[in-house]
Amino acid sequence: MSHILWIKNGRVIDPASGRDAVGDVFAVDGRFTATLDTPQRDSARIIDAAGLVVCPGLVDIHVHLREPGQTHKETIQTGSWAAAAGGFTTIVCMPNTSPPADNPGTIQLIQDAIKREAVVRVYPTGCITVGQKGQALAGIGSLKRAGCVAITDDGLCVQDNELMRRALEYAGMFGLPVMDHCQDESLTRGSVMHEGIVSTRLGLRGWPAAAEDIIVSRDVVLSTHTGAHVHLQHMSSGTAVEIVRRAKLRNVRVTCEATPHHIALTDDAAGTYDTNFKMNPPLRTEADRRAIIDGLKDGTIDCLATDHAPHTDYEKDKEFDYAPFGIVGLETALPVSLDVLHRQEGMSLLDVLALFTCKAARILNLDAGTLAVGAPADVAIFDPEEKWTMSATTSLSKSLNSPWIGRELVGRVRHTIVGGRIVYDQGRIRAD
Amino acid sequence: MSANATHASWTRKDFISIEELSVAEIEQVFAVTAAFKRTLVRTHKKVPALRGKTIVNLFLEPSTRTRVAFEMAAKLLSADVISLDMAASSTTKGETLRDTAQNIQALNADMIVIRHAAAGSPGYLSRLLRVPVINAGDGAHEHPTQAMLDCFTLRERLGDLSGRKITILGDILFSRVARSNIWALTKLGAEVTLVGPSTLVPHWFTEFGVKVSHDLRSALADAQAVMLLRIQHERQTSSHFPSLGEYTSMFGLNKTRAAWLHPDAIIMHPGPINRGVEIDSQLADSDRSVILEQVTNGIAVRMAVLYLCAGGSPEAVATPDAPSI
Repeated sequence: MSHILWIKNGRVIDPASGRDAVGDVFAVDGRFTATLDTPQRDSARIIDAAGLVVCPGLVDIHVHLREPGQTHKETIQTGSWAAAAGGFTTIVCMPNTSPPADNPGTIQLIQDAIKREAVVRVYPTGCITVGQKGQALAGIGSLKRAGCVAITDDGLCVQDNELMRRALEYAGMFGLPVMDHCQDESLTRGSVMHEGIVSTRLGLRGWPAAAEDIIVSRDVVLSTHTGAHVHLQHMSSGTAVEIVRRAKLRNVRVTCEATPHHIALTDDAAGTYDTNFKMNPPLRTEADRRAIIDGLKDGTIDCLATDHAPHTDYEKDKEFDYAPFGIVGLETALPVSLDVLHRQEGMSLLDVLALFTCKAARILNLDAGTLAVGAPADVAIFDPEEKWTMSATTSLSKSLNSPWIGRELVGRVRHTIVGGRIVYDQGRIRAD
Repeated sequence: MSANATHASWTRKDFISIEELSVAEIEQVFAVTAAFKRTLVRTHKKVPALRGKTIVNLFLEPSTRTRVAFEMAAKLLSADVISLDMAASSTTKGETLRDTAQNIQALNADMIVIRHAAAGSPGYLSRLLRVPVINAGDGAHEHPTQAMLDCFTLRERLGDLSGRKITILGDILFSRVARSNIWALTKLGAEVTLVGPSTLVPHWFTEFGVKVSHDLRSALADAQAVMLLRIQHERQTSSHFPSLGEYTSMFGLNKTRAAWLHPDAIIMHPGPINRGVEIDSQLADSDRSVILEQVTNGIAVRMAVLYLCAGGSPEAVATPDAPSI
């Protein structure tokens, strides 16, 4: 028996096609269709989306799910729940697990857990180097064969330029993008926040933007040299954005992402030593924040990604120097981004949603991010005006390390649909 | 002693940073410090102000003079003192700072004095604990009692600090003493110049309302006091300056350079001194040096801070004989 879905009367926004109009969306057996015939309409599951936005399920190409090895922070199951609650139907998980996902066996373990427990589509990435040690290439071809959609040492950055060059050349042979966490470690030893007036006042070790700029420059040069696709993760520096802008003018195969927290916050937020504002790369200055926003507006920065990085309360509840970097972001990404880019910066909803849908999917060639007929029927339905407060009781992530806990947000996901089936329905995960 | 200062009540539970203090609060500490300093020259120095109170010194970073000064101050106030250091602390067994401090509070301590290598730790504890928390130095953030004793010493020597030129020389970037003194001195109206190598005195310190210089001669010219800072090998990466020898040759205070100061200028140092590095040994022992006066004043300042945060009344110590303490 066919599984038929009819989403009625919503404001349908499909950035891939430029559609933005009130209308209906149909799906049969997990894929979008142009319409339903009369018998199908009679048996369809109907969602009345009047007053709501209906868009492609969101795509996040930078998520930490902590499985295997750190399941006290998050699991593939709970991470996928949080994704669904945030309107995400496709997420890409990072390989800095324990052990690191640097071989097909570990990837298979992850794939098994995905198949067993995930409620959204989860794609793994593999490491660039064995054990993320930055010394020898991982089995990149085997990782591709095991299902990896990219390679990255995220959390760490390959410091050896020769090794990075070879990684780009070798991964390019398999058509695998290389995602890079841009951090010159010689400039960030002991650093815990952006180097500037705030770090000086607080007496915390500063992390200069130059640490990012140098690696972004290197990667642009190596991409130019090898012709391989390099994707720069979580851009935080205005200078780095400008480097990418110029590289794109020369058609270098470079793409990049920015996080909601880097467009919403600056280093001022860390002024009370609140470890929920400690992230890698660090929150930077207002000028950097503006440059990131401008980069998103003019297309220099290709997409938004959360860098969802769960840590337990007891790990974060300590001296700033000793707390781990990172915050969770899947459940707050949409309202935070809408607030900054749509309400404050005047970007259209369609342009903002493009950053979380078709543009994100395109970077890693994922079959996602569009409402096109025949595409997987992945949908997010949200109320762009609904006010809500993120709390420990409503969060579906296993960890609560978010600077937005307890703060009012505007814009809330009502339903998330994966392959034509509702997986998140107004606060609850549905298993049916 | 300002009458207004002593008549206002002290409302802070904790003593975490100079940055958050008002000028009136700084004056209150000075007034109470002056009163306690008078008790230090009595035959019987001990006063009963904190009798029955237990103060725990939680020193998670090496310290000699600050810890002893806090211990001595607490004992002179008749408090019971327990001092814990790194080796004796359960933090070496993996216990968190939160748990360590909450256990100390549960053991009925009335106040915690903390020294910690991580900036922000005392503020973190102050939000967790009911009992007062006193910052005895947190990373490169603040060392508020050091700044109070430095400024108290300056006031004794120079009087009103408004418009006085004070130069701080050395490792500013990693110095909690420098930060606290920048806040205190600027609040008290002094003209502050920071001097040292550009790697240790970044230009953005000017945002704090001070001058930044890398030219020792102009920075010392006519200064009425120069505060030297210890070169902290343990906090620096190897690239901040080429060698101690080069630092001394470029920025060490010697007799020739001391002559550039105002004729009546004083030389200060929070200690411990690296003799022959930041300062010539003879200059450290000269009449211009007030280094040991700073140490003595450190006891009175810490008595004042412990007393005020324990709920002591500024008015009770306002009279010259301080009968109620």
